[in-house]
Amino acid sequence: MSSFVGTGALVRLALRRDRIILAAFIVILVVMVAASADATVNLYPTAVSRVEIAATINSATATLAMYGPIHDDTSIGALATFKTGMMGAIAVAVLALLIVIRHTRTEEETGRLELLGATVVGRQAPLTAALLVAGGAGIVSGVGTAVGLIAVGLPTTGSVVMGLGFACLGIAFAAVAGVTAQLARSARPAAGMAGAALGVAYLVRAIGDASTANGLGWISWLSPIGWWQQSRPFAGNMWWVLALSLGVAAGVSALAYVLAARRDFAAGLLPDRPGPAAASARLRSPLALAWRLQRGSLFTWAATFATVGVVVGGLVSSVGNFANNPQARNFIIKLGGEHILTDAYLALELGIAGILAAVFGVRSVMRLRAEESSLLAEPVLATAVGRVRWAWSHLTVALAGSALLLVVVGISAGVVSALQLSDAGLGARVLVGALVQIPAAWSVVGIVVAAFGLVPRAIVIGWVALLAFVLLGEFGPLFNLSQTVMNISPFAHVPRIPGGTFAVAPMIWLTAIAAGLIVMGLGGFRRRDVG
Amino acid sequence: MDAVVTIEKLNKSFGSTRALDGLDLEVKAGEIHGLLGPNGAGKTTTIRVLLGLLRADSGVARLLGGDPWRDVERLHRRLAYVPGEVTLWPNLTGGEVIDLLGRLRGGLDKKRRADLLERFELDPTKKARAYSKGNRQKVALVAALSCDVELLLLDEPTAGLDPLMDAVFRECIVDLRKQGCTALLSSHILSEVEALADRVSIIRDGRTVEVGSLTEMRHLARVTISADLAGAPDGLSTMPGVHNLRVNGNHVEFMVDPGSLDQALVTLTSVGVTSLTSHPPTLEELFLRHYGDESSAAQAGQVATP
Repeated sequence: MSSFVGTGALVRLALRRDRIILAAFIVILVVMVAASADATVNLYPTAVSRVEIAATINSATATLAMYGPIHDDTSIGALATFKTGMMGAIAVAVLALLIVIRHTRTEEETGRLELLGATVVGRQAPLTAALLVAGGAGIVSGVGTAVGLIAVGLPTTGSVVMGLGFACLGIAFAAVAGVTAQLARSARPAAGMAGAALGVAYLVRAIGDASTANGLGWISWLSPIGWWQQSRPFAGNMWWVLALSLGVAAGVSALAYVLAARRDFAAGLLPDRPGPAAASARLRSPLALAWRLQRGSLFTWAATFATVGVVVGGLVSSVGNFANNPQARNFIIKLGGEHILTDAYLALELGIAGILAAVFGVRSVMRLRAEESSLLAEPVLATAVGRVRWAWSHLTVALAGSALLLVVVGISAGVVSALQLSDAGLGARVLVGALVQIPAAWSVVGIVVAAFGLVPRAIVIGWVALLAFVLLGEFGPLFNLSQTVMNISPFAHVPRIPGGTFAVAPMIWLTAIAAGLIVMGLGGFRRRDVG
Repeated sequence: MDAVVTIEKLNKSFGSTRALDGLDLEVKAGEIHGLLGPNGAGKTTTIRVLLGLLRADSGVARLLGGDPWRDVERLHRRLAYVPGEVTLWPNLTGGEVIDLLGRLRGGLDKKRRADLLERFELDPTKKARAYSKGNRQKVALVAALSCDVELLLLDEPTAGLDPLMDAVFRECIVDLRKQGCTALLSSHILSEVEALADRVSIIRDGRTVEVGSLTEMRHLARVTISADLAGAPDGLSTMPGVHNLRVNGNHVEFMVDPGSLDQALVTLTSVGVTSLTSHPPTLEELFLRHYGDESSAAQAGQVATP
């Protein structure tokens, strides 16, 4: 029996299972990219206005770190896609890696793959099917994006290179997930490792792009996201750079196949070691169990936040470095000086940290629903543990964990930026800027708890809400949405610190909303059936 | 003796599916009560209502003198539960799970824990992801049985256990009954309930159809006889109380009401019996008596009479 037998059937199964989510993802991606490109074109109708804004973008370290440079300041396409290009490329990479984990490790963990494996399915068929579906999703996303961009009137070649770049990045991270699915013993850490690889790729590129003025721009070339950027859609169209991504994808996939052939079903590469025969004295409450289940993930997140803080703080000194650009200099003087830029940069990055902390909070509190549907809650609830006490276990980790992450990033970014600029006060302001994000992150956690208690089957509302808040914050101004609509997002009410003034009122009522949602959710959970 | 579990006219629907349809159940203190029924009869739903995990739509459910929905923490200190489908946290060891669940229940007996681990031949140092289905079941059994409780709720507790371990489980339950523990044992395996239960409630489609000891029920149900005779059978087809008669040459197979058994055997021996097997009613046959009137009548109509 060939080890690839059954691949076609598995591909069809995966497409059948994911048809709605895949279609929805690709449509949203294409519409966002095309619509925001269209809006940008209308915003900067003249070449002069485009050169001016491109110069401003290229001189601000914050935007360079987040989205990379605009390689051609006269190109309408490069300007129209400078934000959505980066966000779209990352979204496609995330989609690809999640698809691969979902159809390899998750299936193996739940035992469904065993059911399939006993039929006529070759040894390498599941991995191959997952890679094909993920790669295919990347390609369709790319084609859709190219068509969308051409449809709103952007140059054809640039649009195709943009689409090609999305597809190649998706393929590369599908391959990466193919490897982490073999390394980790279950789906959660496998997805975490692949996500971490993506995060490192992004960070490396951010460091390189933000340090171009210091001659360290080559660092971007160490990252697949950097290669995507160097293909320069609409600004040179150096599509052949993308061959690097495909080459890496081929090599990494080969590694995945070698690893898959070497390990046993449902095993990681390392054998399971025996553990303690008795529980430690501390493992005696639902909270202790939640801590035990989530501490590894929280440590990883905290280490990531500390690193991000150091990078963000470290880049603060290059915020003021301008490529002797008169427009940019004028722009800054108009704004009121260099420290305004530094503050704006730090406040922006801390806002991103707030959203990431909310991501941790959502993931963490969703454990409640995961434990319930996998029947792990049942034996605990059959002991002398009330429902509310049980629910507070993962909820406490979510609330305390997201707050801790913001403290960590506040301290690391604060200390490093204070050292860079020899300004101790700045360090304190950065810490405050991180802490003010906590109530907003908590209110997103509150939404998940409310969904868990009242509409448990629709718990995905938590992710949808968070995504909507991010899109409102990123694209609301571009689409001229009214402030009332943008105010739906809790993050719109967070004071921008450093730079802005601290206001206690939004802190109090965001916390109150979070508390209200949690009370609602727990009340609902007390009254509903478990299971 | 007092009732440990009292359920009267309990109803529970999930959407349009009626899981419990006026179920009655009484478990007396100190008895092992079998809850017998086919898949989907409502056994697990009943136990989940008793655990306060599900809220009944109507009817009465009392457990250890309390309300299973309201008095969760107080009642759960006094009971232990073994689910039919055991899932465990993959990165905790079996020993850790046993200790955790025991502590959450209010403490476990360390000596009994060690004893049970030995009897069930369970290695507590393995990570839960490495356990087979049977071993996961053992973890749940050891966790429940090493606690000092008044009531055990066992939902098909031996699923996945091999026959040796099945025997160990039965010994343990018998030991616990001697100490005064009450148990509600749900199962679809007649022999298991037969070996352990003092009394049985048979449920089907969410309703209680029969309560009593199995011996009592047996008397009410038909026995199946299969025999090779020395010659052609005579008189069986017209005998009242004989059902589903099938004749194939000198071989006969039929079901007979307990009251007609003696007369049927007399008829057989008058012809001469070369071999005979009889088996007591299976669970399915016990059900047929209550709910299969139409189907057994249909079957009887099909019987070929020579």
